[in-house]
Amino acid sequence: MEAQAVRQTVKDRARALAGIALADRLFHATTRAAAVIVLVILGGVIVSLVHGSLPAMRAFGFGFLTSQAWNPVTDNFGALPAIYGTVVTSAIAMLIAVPVGLGIATFLTELCPHPLRRPIGVAIELLAGIPSIIYGVWGLFVFAPFVQTWVQPQLISLFGDVPVLSSLFAGPPYGIGMLTASFILAIMVLPFIASISRDVFATVPPVLKEAATGIGCTTWEMMRYVVLPYTRVGVIGGVMLALGRALGETMAVTFVIGNAHKVSPSLLAPGTTISATIANEFTEAVGDIYTSALIELGLILFIITFIVLAIARYMLMRIERNAA
Amino acid sequence: MSLYATRRKNNAVATGLAWGAAIFGLAWLFLILGSLLFQGLRGLTPAVFTQMTPPPGSQGGLLNAIAGSVLMTGIGVAIGAPLGLLAGTYLAEYGRGTKLATVVRFVNDILLSAPSIVIGLFVYTIVVAPMGHFSGISGAAALSLLVVPVVLRTTEDMLLLVPGSMREAAAALGAPRAVIIGRVAYRAAKAGIVTGVLLAVARVSGETAPLLFTALNNQFWSTDLNAPMASLPVVIFQFALSPYKDWQQLAWTGALLITVAVLTLSIVARALSAGRRN
Repeated sequence: MEAQAVRQTVKDRARALAGIALADRLFHATTRAAAVIVLVILGGVIVSLVHGSLPAMRAFGFGFLTSQAWNPVTDNFGALPAIYGTVVTSAIAMLIAVPVGLGIATFLTELCPHPLRRPIGVAIELLAGIPSIIYGVWGLFVFAPFVQTWVQPQLISLFGDVPVLSSLFAGPPYGIGMLTASFILAIMVLPFIASISRDVFATVPPVLKEAATGIGCTTWEMMRYVVLPYTRVGVIGGVMLALGRALGETMAVTFVIGNAHKVSPSLLAPGTTISATIANEFTEAVGDIYTSALIELGLILFIITFIVLAIARYMLMRIERNAA
Repeated sequence: MSLYATRRKNNAVATGLAWGAAIFGLAWLFLILGSLLFQGLRGLTPAVFTQMTPPPGSQGGLLNAIAGSVLMTGIGVAIGAPLGLLAGTYLAEYGRGTKLATVVRFVNDILLSAPSIVIGLFVYTIVVAPMGHFSGISGAAALSLLVVPVVLRTTEDMLLLVPGSMREAAAALGAPRAVIIGRVAYRAAKAGIVTGVLLAVARVSGETAPLLFTALNNQFWSTDLNAPMASLPVVIFQFALSPYKDWQQLAWTGALLITVAVLTLSIVARALSAGRRN
């Protein structure tokens, strides 16, 4: 009788343990499935974009990349103006945002009075939280008119007679255009550069900075000869990350770039970017080739940003490993 | 000039520029918030919350757009957050050091900063095109894809901060792995994970690009997920670019509403994570 009860208890316990082990395995499998889904999403994005752009690839081949045509009536499309606009606006945005972002990071790590550090840091990060459509609305109604009245006429009269610059700053001051879009982009990526630089500046061992101060370096010399060389990889990674964002930024640019499908040497002229073209035209695109050309633009954008972001992440991973 | 004086001068110039950079950055924040308040408050009437988006020239509000935004963001987060949470759990708890985890982490970081318009194109080709029409559910699907990387990243980071000794203590009591994660690790990382979800909500509630050709827009009240659905960002986009003054006014008011909502969310999220750190 007693032996039977013991046997029963052992059985119950074995069953309970098996149940727990099963739940354990199920949870493990579920989390792994979720992780695999992330890979599937990326794969799905690539496959669907390639599939969607096949008609355009067949119709235009590699000529798509170098053609300036954009004619929905005759179904003749080329990506060059959009790629040009994307690259040029992002490049100018980085020219403005990198020095300013590094300046802010320096200010926050070295110069700012301690009680103000947190509020100012948060305020700069809030800039990154403002949705991009807000930058667009603000850029269109407030910033573009300001640029048109105050900045562009100055630039035109200032550089009108200088050889190379006169073609960069030529044409009537529209307000909207490549330069305005670059400014807005610069403001949008500024907080990313500032906050990543600040994080990588924090990985510099204090003893290095103390040593620099100890031999009489000024703040500037310490930043220039100790902190920046030490954090070079991380800073470049942060800059590339910001560049990736600038390249893909859509709404803010769509509002202020002017949406003109042409490559023009003047920065004051309206242009377009890949994402602005897609945002403006996708729902109006009639016909397979038109839609497909827009999806191929999306594919090109994805490839460009993928490469830039991959390099950025690789560099940031390296500095994280060094810091650990 | 002596070398010493030159060095001092250079230092003064450099630190001056750094101060200038900080003031420059803060100035933009205040300029943008200032014009939003100035332009947006003018149109902030009860009608904004009680009436539908109007045709040009007549009275109206943003009710259907607000409802659409809340609905699509809610569904997007409801789908995306658990997925991100589970995947983040795998990376931090089960997959440490495995090849799968390394690849997923890398891919997730790419998705985190990938252009959202590309996500919109993806959802268009796999949901909208086969269905044959724009719909609220495809908008929510696009948003959920943007939620996943944010939640995954914060979940992993927060779980990695939980001390291993807590897991060991639970294991020594005989708790199985799933229970350790559920009752110990999640509980310890709760504030951080909630922060991640709030940040994800903040991020997607302002997203416009992926909604343009998934949810499209709708002039009328609609909670039908199978039909085109209005959302605040898309209405702002459409109204701001229109030539009508009253539409532009509504766009400003909508912009103010969305900015206040998003910034409030991110400040709350920051406060939560700061509370945990102290």
